[in-house]
Amino acid sequence: MSSIETPPPASPAVTLSVLRAEHVTKTFGGLVAVNDVSFDVPEHSIVSLIGPNGAGKTTLFNMLTGLYRPTEGRILLGERDITRARPDVITKHGVARTFQNIRLFGAMTAVENVMVGHHARMRAGLFGSIFRSPWVRREERDTREHSRELLAYVGLREPVFDRLASHLPYGDQRRVEIARALASQPKLLLLDEPTAGMNPNESQALTEFMRRMRDDLKLTILLIEHDMKVVMGVSERVTVLDYGKKIAEGEPAVVRADPGVIEAYLGKQA
Amino acid sequence: MSKLRARLRKWREAVEKRLPPWRSRALAVSLLVIGIVLPFLFSPSSAFMNATIIAVAYAVMSLGLNIVVGFAGLLDLGYVAFYALGAYSLGWLGSGFFFKAQVHALVSPVASTLPGVHLNFILILIGAALICAAAGVVIGLPTLRLRGDYIAIVTLAFGEIIAVVAVNGQGIHVGGGMTLTAGNLGISAVDSPYFPGIGSFSLLNLRPWYWLIFAILLVVLFVNLRLRDSRLGRAWVALREDEVAAVSMGIPLVRTKLLAYSIGAAFGGMSGAFFGTYYTVVNAAQFQFGFSIFILAMVIIGGLGSIWGAVVGGLALGYINNYLIPVVLNNLPSKLGFNFQLTSVEFGIFGFLLVIMMLLRPQGLIPERRRRLELTAEIAPADAQLAEAPGTPGGGT
Repeated sequence: MSSIETPPPASPAVTLSVLRAEHVTKTFGGLVAVNDVSFDVPEHSIVSLIGPNGAGKTTLFNMLTGLYRPTEGRILLGERDITRARPDVITKHGVARTFQNIRLFGAMTAVENVMVGHHARMRAGLFGSIFRSPWVRREERDTREHSRELLAYVGLREPVFDRLASHLPYGDQRRVEIARALASQPKLLLLDEPTAGMNPNESQALTEFMRRMRDDLKLTILLIEHDMKVVMGVSERVTVLDYGKKIAEGEPAVVRADPGVIEAYLGKQA
Repeated sequence: MSKLRARLRKWREAVEKRLPPWRSRALAVSLLVIGIVLPFLFSPSSAFMNATIIAVAYAVMSLGLNIVVGFAGLLDLGYVAFYALGAYSLGWLGSGFFFKAQVHALVSPVASTLPGVHLNFILILIGAALICAAAGVVIGLPTLRLRGDYIAIVTLAFGEIIAVVAVNGQGIHVGGGMTLTAGNLGISAVDSPYFPGIGSFSLLNLRPWYWLIFAILLVVLFVNLRLRDSRLGRAWVALREDEVAAVSMGIPLVRTKLLAYSIGAAFGGMSGAFFGTYYTVVNAAQFQFGFSIFILAMVIIGGLGSIWGAVVGGLALGYINNYLIPVVLNNLPSKLGFNFQLTSVEFGIFGFLLVIMMLLRPQGLIPERRRRLELTAEIAPADAQLAEAPGTPGGGT
C-alpha cells in the first residue's frame, strides 16, 4: 500500500479547505466500512472520490452529510465541527448532495422539488404560512421564480417544469436533482455518481457543466464517480478508497499511475 | 369500459374548457352560501339537522387527521386520543365537574352562579386545541423518531392508553375529593355554548349549533388550504415521499413531523370539545379504538391527502352513520323479513364500503391533485413520446 501525499495542484495563493475529514471510521457491527480516512477538499476545487464497489465511498458521503454518524474521527466544515450534526443542520451550513439512485419526491412537480430544496433558506413558519403576510407571499413567489431559473440553468425546458418528477425521463431527473441541491445555495456540492446511466456524450456535457457550475456559483464539488474519463477530465484531485481505506490521493495523472490503485482496480498482477 | 371512460374524460375536459376561469371561486362561494342557509330548509330539531351537525364535526376531525396521515404520511391509529382529550377539555373547563373551583369567564348568567370551572365555549375551544397540541408533542416526541409501521403501532398504543385512563380516571384523585374523569358515568351537565346577545344554545333548536360547527369547519378548512401550499406543506409531502432526501434538503425531521402531528391533534381536540357540549356528556365509553379507524376511513374514502376529499369523506360517513343507516334504512331488513336492525351491522357496512372503494376507486372520492396526476392522463404524453421514438439514443434528454 503506497500513499501519495501531494500538495493541492496549481491553485493560486492560499487554499483553504472547505471540508476536512480527520481519521474518520465507520463500523456497522463487525464490518468496517470506512477505516481511518483523512482527506480535505480545497476551496473552489473539484475533487473525485473513486474506488471499487463496496469501497465505502457512499458511506463516507453519508457521514459528510450527517445521515450516518462516524464511529470515530471528526469532520470539519470550514472551522465548524459537523461530526454529530443533523443532516438538515449540515445542509443549512452549506452542504448539498445528490443521490446515487435518484431520490426525487416523485409525487411533486419538478418545480416543487426544487422549491423543497430552498427549505433551509426560507423563513415562513406555521403562522406565517397560515396568515400569509406580504413578506411570506413575496418569499413564496421569489422561491418559485428562482426554482424555475435553476431548472433552466441545469438545462431543462419550460414544459417539463410542471410535470411530476416521477414522469420525467431519467436524464431530466438527474438534472432536477442537481437543481434541487443547488437551491439550498451550497458552498459544497456532493454528487454521488452523477453520470451513472449516461451515454458518453451526456457524460461529457455533464463534465463541462460541473466546471461551469463551480465557476458561476463559486462552488466546491466533491463527486463519487466510476467513469474514469470523467474523473480524469474534471478533477483537480482524486482520493482513492479500497476496502474502506484511503490508498492514494493526488493529481489524477499521479493517481492513475499509482501501482496500489492499479492493483485495487485490476487485481494483483502476477 | 375503458372506451367509455376515455369518452367521459374527453367530455369532461370539453366542459371544463368552456367554463370561465373564475368557476372554482364561484363554486366555493355557492357552497358557502348553501352551507349557511342549509338549516332554514329543515326543521330546527329534525333528525337530519342532528345528522348534519355530527357530519360536519366529523369533517373537522377528518381534516385534522388528513394533515397527519395524508400530508405528512404518518399513519396515526390513535387519533381517538385527541377526540377524548378535546372532549375532556370541555368537561374540565365547562361544567361543575371540578366543584371546588370557582372560575367563570364570559358565561351565561346561570352558569356564572354555579360552582366549578365555567369558561366561554370559544375559550374552551382554544384551550382544547392547545391541550391537544401539547399532548401531540408529548406523544409525538418519542413516537415520531420511528418510521412507517412502527408509528402506527405506537400511536395505536397511545390511543388505547388515553382510552383506559379515561375509563379509570375516576380513581385518579386530583385533590379536594375531585377526580380526573368520571369514567363510564360521564361528566354530565356540561355548559351549552353561550354568546352574549344570542344566549345559551338549546337542543330544541339545532340551528345555532350547526352554524357554530360550520364556522369551526371553515376555520379549519382555511388553515388546511393555506398550509397545503406553503413551505411547511411541501416539507410534509417531501417527508412522506422520501425521508432521507427530505432531511438532506434541510428539512428538520422530528420538528416538521411534530408540527403535523400537533396541528392534526389540535383540530381533533376542537371537534372533540364540540362533541362534548353537543352530546351534553363526556363519557369514557365514547373513546373506542374503532373510532380511530372510523376517522381514518373518512380520510381514505375521501382521498388520502386531499383537503376536499377529507371534507366529503367526513360528511359522507357522518350522514351514513347518523342518518342513512339509523333513520332511513334501519327497518329495511325487517321489511325484507329479517330479524335485525341495520344499526347492529353498521361496522360491517363500513367495512364493505371500504373494500368496494379500494377496488373501484383506490385514490378516493376526490383524489389529491398529485395522486390524480400520478394515476391518470399525465402519464400518457410521456409514454407516447417513448413509443414514437424508440430508436433515438437517450431520447429523453
